[in-house]
Amino acid sequence: MNFEVEHELHKRRLSKNVGLGIVLVTFVALIFGLTVVKVTDGNVSSAIAGASSNE
Amino acid sequence: MSDTTLSKVEFNAEADFSDFFALLKPRVMILVVFTALVGIIAAPVYVHPFTIFVSIVFIALGGGASGALNMWYDADIDRLMRRTQNRPIPAGKITSNEAKVFGIVLTGISVVMLGLAANWFAASFLLFTIFFYVVIYTAWLKRLTPQNIVIGGAAGAFPPMIGWAVATSGISVESVLMFSLIFLWTPPHFWALALFMRGDYEKARVPMLTVTHGRRSARNHIFFYTVVLASFAFCTSFTSLGGWIYLATAVVLNSIFVKMSFDIWMREENEAELDNFRVERRFFRFSLIYLFLQFGSILFDLGLGTNFSWSLV
Repeated sequence: MNFEVEHELHKRRLSKNVGLGIVLVTFVALIFGLTVVKVTDGNVSSAIAGASSNE
Repeated sequence: MSDTTLSKVEFNAEADFSDFFALLKPRVMILVVFTALVGIIAAPVYVHPFTIFVSIVFIALGGGASGALNMWYDADIDRLMRRTQNRPIPAGKITSNEAKVFGIVLTGISVVMLGLAANWFAASFLLFTIFFYVVIYTAWLKRLTPQNIVIGGAAGAFPPMIGWAVATSGISVESVLMFSLIFLWTPPHFWALALFMRGDYEKARVPMLTVTHGRRSARNHIFFYTVVLASFAFCTSFTSLGGWIYLATAVVLNSIFVKMSFDIWMREENEAELDNFRVERRFFRFSLIYLFLQFGSILFDLGLGTNFSWSLV
């Protein structure tokens, strides 16, 4: 069993790394969403319906 | 230096996520987000909700970038003022250079992303706003003239115009009216702050009106500017931005605001010291509510369809 107390420095680094991770994932999600909106000209649902009717 | 002191210095040198977030001046960001959102929604052009969301995120990020660059440039005076000495740079959590690089990178990301999400006019406007806040206000006017907050306040007034530009790719009378509301609101808001944060600006040698022309003059200016703002806000009711809810809000808010500024005008300094600047602090807090409600009323008129069918402008 490991009873080592985590150093405060590591807690700060963890906070920074987790925060940066969340920011990056959000950024990717924004780019993806924006691409979908731009490509479908804002009509996401009709574009999906159109794609499935073409199949 | 003992081991204990050494480790304390090391602790201070490592920032966590919240320290970088604090560099973005989150409280100012709320104002930027809200007024820019009103600018987009008030525009007569439909914008997809997701594009609105992304645009607001990057306008806010641009505002945050200018905050980080402001903290980088003002680190020397932030150390001297009570109000700012706990900011990440004076507190020793982030170095000046880190803040500068952080601000420049965020400026690039926010401008490019707003250009891609909305249009390049809005993106250029965002870049100009960051330039205005960092170079014109922070680096030039702030330490040069007591009119710093009057002219520099334009930077904080641009967000609704950027929002309007996101929707229309341009500028119009309505967006200039929204700009003017914040532009006229800024001086009394900051002069009230300067009255009760006394000593701070003297210590940092920032030529605020309270320092260069005295506190009596600042009180006179607060009253004068609030009367001008109130008249302007009331007249805006009869433009294409106005409506029944805007008019009612303008009458109520501006009557209260002018009354409060009148109280500040009538007060003597020793009277204010006795109650620890209660009236000035109340005026400052109310000015924040004022701006949110006045801009909020524009949205309510649009949402409820209570806009006037006629307008002078």
